[in-house]
Amino acid sequence: MTSAVIPPQTTSAVAMIRTLGLIAALCGFIIVSAYQGTYDAVRENKRIAVERAVFKVIPTARSIVEYVASPAGEIVKVGAGGTAAVSGAVKFYAGYDKDNKLAGIAVEGVAKGYSDNVRILFAYDPAAQTVSGFGVVTSRETPGIGDKILVDKNFLANFPLEAKLTADLKKLANAIVTVKHGSKTNPWEIDAITGATITSRAVGRAINDAAQLLLPRIVPHLSALKEKP
Amino acid sequence: MTIEIRSAPHIKGTRSVEQIMRHVVWSLMPICAFFVFQYGLSALLSLLVVTVSCLLTERFFVRQGGQSGDIGDFSAIITGLLLALSLPPGFPLWMGAVAGIVAIALGKALFGGIGFNVFNPALIGRAFVQAAFPQAIASYTPSFMPGRFYEFIPSSMTIPLMQPVSVVAWLQDRQFDALAGATPLAKWKFEGVLANADELLTSLSGHMAVGPSPVLILVCGAYLAFRRFLDWRIPAAILGSAGLTAWMLFALNDVRFPNPFFMLFSGGLILGAVYMATDMATSPVTPKGMWVYGALIGLLTVIIRYYSGLPEGVMYAILIANAATPLIEKITQPTPFGKGVLSNFGRQKKGASYPLHSGYISREDAGAVTPKKRFLFNKPKQPPKE
Amino acid sequence: MNASTTERWDEFMEGIWRQNPLFVMVLGLCPALAVTVSAVNALSMGLATTFVLTCSCVLVSLLRKLIPKEVRIATYIVIIATFVTVVDYLIQAISLALYDALGAFIQLIVVNCIILGRAEAHASKNPLLPTLINALGMSAGFTLGLFALGAVREILGAGTFFGIALFGADFQPWVVMVLPPGGFFVLGAWLLIFAAIARRKNARPLSSPAQGVR
Repeated sequence: MTSAVIPPQTTSAVAMIRTLGLIAALCGFIIVSAYQGTYDAVRENKRIAVERAVFKVIPTARSIVEYVASPAGEIVKVGAGGTAAVSGAVKFYAGYDKDNKLAGIAVEGVAKGYSDNVRILFAYDPAAQTVSGFGVVTSRETPGIGDKILVDKNFLANFPLEAKLTADLKKLANAIVTVKHGSKTNPWEIDAITGATITSRAVGRAINDAAQLLLPRIVPHLSALKEKP
Repeated sequence: MTIEIRSAPHIKGTRSVEQIMRHVVWSLMPICAFFVFQYGLSALLSLLVVTVSCLLTERFFVRQGGQSGDIGDFSAIITGLLLALSLPPGFPLWMGAVAGIVAIALGKALFGGIGFNVFNPALIGRAFVQAAFPQAIASYTPSFMPGRFYEFIPSSMTIPLMQPVSVVAWLQDRQFDALAGATPLAKWKFEGVLANADELLTSLSGHMAVGPSPVLILVCGAYLAFRRFLDWRIPAAILGSAGLTAWMLFALNDVRFPNPFFMLFSGGLILGAVYMATDMATSPVTPKGMWVYGALIGLLTVIIRYYSGLPEGVMYAILIANAATPLIEKITQPTPFGKGVLSNFGRQKKGASYPLHSGYISREDAGAVTPKKRFLFNKPKQPPKE
Repeated sequence: MNASTTERWDEFMEGIWRQNPLFVMVLGLCPALAVTVSAVNALSMGLATTFVLTCSCVLVSLLRKLIPKEVRIATYIVIIATFVTVVDYLIQAISLALYDALGAFIQLIVVNCIILGRAEAHASKNPLLPTLINALGMSAGFTLGLFALGAVREILGAGTFFGIALFGADFQPWVVMVLPPGGFFVLGAWLLIFAAIARRKNARPLSSPAQGVR
């Protein structure tokens, strides 16, 4: 039936380009329509994922607003229209409770763990000047060992963790450090998990790095963030 | 008279595999007995369960066919005993059984049975449970507990597939803190506490969570070496190279690194050096190769202990050296007599490479001709076809 | 084209059993080892591959007379990459958690040799219907293979099946099973089982030589 014998001849370059162009156009059309078709759903999914992560670390929050803090110390709301990217600006989320009062600030931190970067989202409580809790965004730590940071009771008892700024609001009064299990003496120290020291240290470093960078930019403007805009 | 026609070898030693293995098992008996004396009923049951699971797995695979060896050659018993000795005494029994099955199935049967395995089966089993149950395998309990002969360590009796029963309450009941169960190596690595020499040597004093007694292993190993059931070069090379490396590091910085004595007599180094590294199928057969092999194990052990996240490195050191064994054998082939560098010096390769006796007349000198091959003269042409 | 239903069914079963891409041809091992830590991940990876394989083969089959043979590989890759991009967007739209779990392996479907192999060996030479059946059979075989891996690894590695705890809270997870070595162990065990069954099955037709042997 399908015995249309193709003669063993070489195709001309023009024909090749014509066919390839046609197929490329067809494929381009398919990709664009898939992109258009899923655009809204993907955006919505991303928003829900961020919201869920923030609500997890700030349990009292009911709505969130995304901001960026520029190196100059300005805080700009990231609206639906999108803001012009400022170089060096750091993103953070302000969580508001049901009365539209500021419930906490969620910041993302990254540090090298045992097998890859550990990305965490931690909540800063402006009233108490503490880190009230954290959640893992991505981690490839060894299951059963490194992922204990989310379930180990002794480790979770480290929070709230003191994160006071110095009087001139330039940096943390005491850098957040992870110490060996059982040797925590100060409220800004993190008591590591035995056997998962490297992951525990990564959490401490991630919080410290992000807090050192971001808190001096945010804290002077806290009054502007108090109410949901 | 019957004439047996077969290929070489025609002259065999009087020793059989079964005989060697039986002697190794006998020599392990005092070590096992002391292990049971240290840890009581749990250790006895652990030895039994692991060995039985090894034997049953061996039986299954031998029955399936395609395997060399048979169940009666004692090798599975050695695997089981060594595996149990290298596990914590309170290791849940079901995990011990898993280790035994994996040791024989993955470590031995898949390669074709006894003599074909590339890695030491007991260590394969241990490596598997180390990767699968990292917490259970690191939880030792103190030795010489009062009442160890009529009660089990609670974690031994864990229901299959379940997490080990916690021993914290059981230890507190007996006025031990939860950290009493750390091995000397773990104590050194994580707390910086060095154990005393007498504790390490006899493991009689205190409630140190140590493995089987190193002195006893050395004595039993010396017996085997004396009877030539194992080659003394391998343990000597391992202990020598580990001791030397540890001593050099100790001389460089005696605060950071422990003394070489601690290095040698803590953890499973002695057991590994005497019984595991000397496994005949997985270690080199050339004398020079044995030295290289042993030195590699000793060096790797010290490096893993000092510079990795693990407190103990003997197991991985031996497995790596097992993998390197074929290469070591290849590069340490002994030179046949007369084929050495000196005898070839300044001489053409052609002709006899061995010194000729003056009275010897070579075939060429005598003008001899090689007769044509006639061996197949009477060979039947083709089987008649139907 | 008067293939009977049984022949089509045979064509379909070929991908599942005799030429199973994972357990017989041992192709596409990269996703098979990397994403099969749970049954859900394995199944969704299998479905994503099914989508790409089926769509690409159908398109290749439709365009087979148009595609110049000098540039056929380039064309196949463009077509496959298109559908991988589509499936990438689709999974993002369905669930971001799943998208994160599968990670880079969604994009890596494009280099999965099963798909290019089917396009080159089958779809480019056959009309639409046999191509569709063959592609569906192959992807069903691949999906089943991934699922077999993922189910065992999830049950042993986490004590759950599709996220439902099977053994209660005290289950001891076999950590090694969710690590890459566990993938190799389970794949090896399945290969062993498949080879044993296939050998036993092949042993029978030998006694009755009427059965056709490929």
